[in-house]
Amino acid sequence: MRAVITVVGKDTVGILAKVSGACAECNVNVSEVSQTVLQDMFCMIMMCDITNISIDFGSFADKLSDLGKDMGLSVHVMHEDIFNSMHRI
Amino acid sequence: MFDTHDILETITMIQDENLDIRTVTMGISLLDCIDSDIDAACGKVYDKIVRMASDLVPVCEAIEKEYGIPIINKRIAVTPIAMLAAACQTSRIVKFAEALERAARTVGVNFIGGYSALVQKGFAAGDYALIESIPEALDITEHVCASVNIGSTKAGINMDAVEMMGRIVKQTAQRTADRDCIGAAKLVIFCNAPEDNPFMAGAFHGVGEPDCEINVGVSGPGVVRAALAKSKGLDITGVADLIKRTAFKITRMGQLVAREASRRLCVPAGIVDLSLAPTPAVGDSVAHILEEMGLETCGACGTTACLALLNDAVKKGGVMASSHVGGLSGAFIPVTEDAGMIDAARSGTLIIEKLEAMTAVCSVGLDMINIPGDTTPEVISAIIADEAAIGMVNSKTTAVRLIPAIGKQVGDELSFGGLLGGGPVMRVNTASPSVFIHRGGRIPAPLQSLKN
Repeated sequence: MRAVITVVGKDTVGILAKVSGACAECNVNVSEVSQTVLQDMFCMIMMCDITNISIDFGSFADKLSDLGKDMGLSVHVMHEDIFNSMHRI
Repeated sequence: MFDTHDILETITMIQDENLDIRTVTMGISLLDCIDSDIDAACGKVYDKIVRMASDLVPVCEAIEKEYGIPIINKRIAVTPIAMLAAACQTSRIVKFAEALERAARTVGVNFIGGYSALVQKGFAAGDYALIESIPEALDITEHVCASVNIGSTKAGINMDAVEMMGRIVKQTAQRTADRDCIGAAKLVIFCNAPEDNPFMAGAFHGVGEPDCEINVGVSGPGVVRAALAKSKGLDITGVADLIKRTAFKITRMGQLVAREASRRLCVPAGIVDLSLAPTPAVGDSVAHILEEMGLETCGACGTTACLALLNDAVKKGGVMASSHVGGLSGAFIPVTEDAGMIDAARSGTLIIEKLEAMTAVCSVGLDMINIPGDTTPEVISAIIADEAAIGMVNSKTTAVRLIPAIGKQVGDELSFGGLLGGGPVMRVNTASPSVFIHRGGRIPAPLQSLKN
């Protein structure tokens, strides 16, 4: 199972480190990362493998969302199927 | 890897444009709960609903978390209760409503629909008693919704039932006058009622449906409006194509949720209802889509044409996105639930006669309209008859959900709160249709050929 983590907000030091750190704590393997600046906003998308996740998926999503709030960023964790179903026929 | 643009588009739709799954509705057959002893029947009804639906809310909440898509309502639709009432030797049919309310509270759903009777051709045992009990049932319960089907393209319109329903709507409003007449907001009168509709207040579980199934209603007027706003200068062909593409994406999400909910609950997936259902929230309005197409305000000349295009494009986009389609499928125009419609009604540009024309091309009917409290039952019946005639002749579903604002006049407001919203009392033509309504009998089914 794979999930997509998106981080959107103002660019600051250590975003990648903190988000990937939180992934490592929960045994989530980050497989791909892409970063862009979109309309003056920093935007990072991470593909992760959540097969061996050590906590409940919902708690993981809350954890990252809270982490984002602390840094003034909007962080979402969503199952990859939602993007598969919406954008691929 | 996904395209960055696609991922951000999905997140923008959910975060900023109010994309959500409007409802996951579990349909449950209660035919195996029939008993001549009403208390025994109510016990079986409660037990079966709780047995089938105990996991509905937790499973939907888990799906919301995992996919990051809000599921606004979790609901239950049951077999029309009149069929159960038919076997009971009692006049206290309202006990069924109490049982449904208890079950709804136990499993934690937002609404439970199916306090219903299907009388398009005539009244069977149980139908009269059930309809007469609707005002009390909607007064003493909070979550129960009632509906009555009074006509169909195949059967015609049962004018005895139409006459009765004018009175029932008014009585329901009167009994709940202290709560802004909210009882009437939970009562729908249908022509051509669909048996797999997941939307309230008209949801019931038809007799041709399986024992239990999951039906999903999607939503997303805000997404369609935003897509149109970003693409200025399109001609109408371009507008229709854009709406189709957007509806496809919205419906794919509904299909995914329907499949997941069905798998996790071990219940067959029924249908996805391809709908644009507004809420009173800013940015979640069907009226604003019509305005984005180029109308100064909803209700202006051109509104019916824009709505016809929108309704058709939503269906065309949605059909390919899902395996099974059903329910009400199309754009909804409930006045008090749509910020743009409320504004248009307040300013006087949107009137009931225009809404009636709009119902000929969209998915439901005269929905959530506040009318003066002194409107006579005969006028309410006549509005129901007009709306049912549009549905009957055009082979489509139409419905009426009017709220007589007891003690209030044109220009006053009712407020229901939540998704039901609130809005102004609208003017109604008060010329008397009394003799017509009291004739009784049936309007014969229309000819299905020689279409003009």
